Amino acid sequence: MLPDLGKYAGYVLSAYAVSLTLIILLVLFSVMRARRVRRELEDIEARQGRSTKEASDG
Amino acid sequence: MSIWEYANPVKFIRTTDRLLPWFSWAALSCLAIGLIWGFFFTPDDFRQGSTVKIIYLHVPAALMAINAWLMMLVASLIWIVRRHHVSALAARAAAPVGAVMTVIALATGAIWGQPMWGTWWAWDPRLTSFLILFLFYLGYIALWSAIEDDDTAADLTSILCLVGSVFALLSRYAVLFWNQGLHQEATFSADKEQNIADVFWYPAVISMVGFALLFIALVFLRTQTEIRARRARALLARERTL
Repeated sequence: MLPDLGKYAGYVLSAYAVSLTLIILLVLFSVMRARRVRRELEDIEARQGRSTKEASDG
Repeated sequence: MSIWEYANPVKFIRTTDRLLPWFSWAALSCLAIGLIWGFFFTPDDFRQGSTVKIIYLHVPAALMAINAWLMMLVASLIWIVRRHHVSALAARAAAPVGAVMTVIALATGAIWGQPMWGTWWAWDPRLTSFLILFLFYLGYIALWSAIEDDDTAADLTSILCLVGSVFALLSRYAVLFWNQGLHQEATFSADKEQNIADVFWYPAVISMVGFALLFIALVFLRTQTEIRARRARALLARERTL
């Protein structure tokens, strides 16, 4: 399956492992933070929307 | 239609929401094609052996590390001149992506350098300016986090970005200024005579396009996040004053 990397196999494989791990972590953290911040903003807007409505009703 | 329309946060989010899936899938496709082609289907170099396969990661990452800072420079200048919040937030959003690209370039360079140069690290002009660029990325990210007021943070980080641009340019052109380092001149060249063989060139170009598209997709997503986080902070501040 893997190509024959000869005596440099360890170097080549570790370069790919480090790089792909960092890229995947960067994408994961970016997506997770995007979802969290979006949810938090929606909660704040919903809460403030409610309180504005309650204030105008009351 | 003017480009400044996208300085409106709502317009920016609406437009990038539509573009994001396209850029994400294009990035994933190019990265998969470029890296699989480069890793599995290219021959070893007669001198470097299989370590030549590291260029499909090292060169695109180094390219994006420098270009991310240049993008931050343009965004910072727009903030300084026109005071568009989206541009300051886009610069902030790009910094961690650029920092990760710099780490990848430094790490893959060290891993390649050990068998080829006999050392993981040398205080060579290009390597050293790249390390300083990484420290500038860390300083830039830290400065944004350290200052509570967004506008003040944007002002100070913009100045830091202008100063750091010297090292972004140095890391690209250091080999031309100081002809004394270990690092060779640019791996790729527009001159066909000087350029690497086509068998390495094609997957490398696809990988570079993949890295560039990934950078754009991440900056879109992260800028949206920064815009929403800024709005959330503003709403919470208003709530506290009521």
